[in-house]
Amino acid sequence: MTSSQQEATPIIRANKMNKFFGVFHALKDIDLTVARGETVVLCGPSGSGKSTLIRCLNALENHQKGELEVAGVQLTGKRREIDMVRRKTGMVFQSFNLFPHMTVLENCMIAQMRVKKTSKEDARKVAERFLARVHIPEQAGKYPAQLSGGQQQRVAIARALCMSPEVMLFDEPTSALDPEMVREVLETMVELAREGSTMICVTHEMNFARKVANKVVFMDQGSILEIAKPDDFFTNPQHERAKEFLAQILH
Amino acid sequence: MMFQDFTMAHVYYMLNGLLWTIGLALIALTGGSIAGSVLALMAVSRNKLARRIAKLYIFVVQGTPLLVTLFIAYFGANYVGVDVPPLVAISIAFSFYAAAFLGEIWRGSINSVPMGQSEGSHALGLSRVDSMRFIIIPQAVKIATPPTVGFFVMLIKNTSLASVVSITELTRTSQIVSNATFKPLQVYLLAALFYFLVCFPLTIVSRRLEKRLHKS
Repeated sequence: MTSSQQEATPIIRANKMNKFFGVFHALKDIDLTVARGETVVLCGPSGSGKSTLIRCLNALENHQKGELEVAGVQLTGKRREIDMVRRKTGMVFQSFNLFPHMTVLENCMIAQMRVKKTSKEDARKVAERFLARVHIPEQAGKYPAQLSGGQQQRVAIARALCMSPEVMLFDEPTSALDPEMVREVLETMVELAREGSTMICVTHEMNFARKVANKVVFMDQGSILEIAKPDDFFTNPQHERAKEFLAQILH
Repeated sequence: MMFQDFTMAHVYYMLNGLLWTIGLALIALTGGSIAGSVLALMAVSRNKLARRIAKLYIFVVQGTPLLVTLFIAYFGANYVGVDVPPLVAISIAFSFYAAAFLGEIWRGSINSVPMGQSEGSHALGLSRVDSMRFIIIPQAVKIATPPTVGFFVMLIKNTSLASVVSITELTRTSQIVSNATFKPLQVYLLAALFYFLVCFPLTIVSRRLEKRLHKS
């Protein structure tokens, strides 16, 4: 595949994707296309399926019906596909999920060394570079528990970036943070978006959406109800439930 | 005179028994740890059959008195025509017993590492084996250490049951000395002291580890 062709293929392509937890229909006929370089914000009330959707994108959850293609890999539940997709995606969780028994630097090195078979020296260089990029190079030798929540989440972002993913998935990255920590994480994410990273973010931070999102996806009860440019979505939401949601979240 | 005096010779004989006690415990710990890790990994594996076998094994062994297990090993081996020395049969029985308890302790420890840890490692592309090896097990070991040491102490004391099937470990030698000298109080107090001297350092280690865990 030439680079221009790669450019043209969307990073995410979901077609009538459905997900069930037992009898509960968690995702209903999801159609979603995300182009490379885009920043997409997923929002919606709790229980709307946005976290489930983003977790399907790196196969932490498997969908049962419909098609899902991530970074050129069609996901059908096979181990090999899942491994390939996970190498091409990075994820940041609400609860950070840093490895508490490893230093910040080791957190950023382990996957490089085990998955990409990078040498220790190179892994360290890459880790240091990305820790500098999220503005915490001086914390490299510390353990996660010694860091503030905002710093931990920035380490988590650096850890994912070290694997040079084609798309970054953020699952409510600021929801577990104290208010004063939210800004530093959002600023890091804004920088990433402006540098042209492909990002999909489940978040309630509507200012972030306004600032950098190329489109906002509104979900409710497992369905995508609206996909719009942020300006249009915030000023003129089409769907009744989107209006209610915005009324609640913006006050 | 019908009874012998309680002499140093008897104490040496009991110390010899103590060596057997320690030997028996070490065999049970080694065998039990190996089989216990396999059981723990089976119990958390994705394979349903492996999980069921591990659970069934743990249920059966935990639900059976150790003494009965020892009798089965001792008499059963001869009954099915396997000619093994009693000591070997008993060591194997202790290993089976230890495996069930250690397997259960370690399964619980692995499961109590938060879900987010395996999700975090999978999201980074780490394989299941690597995730276990580098992320889950190092954290599970910390959680498992105090109960494991606690079980070791219990196991050392439980080797005294082997005296019932004539293994000349500490309790059995104490019985013999007690019968010969008719000084049961002195003899068993000494035996208790020997057990204590072996177990006490382990209890101390366990306390220390627990404290260190609370700190981190």
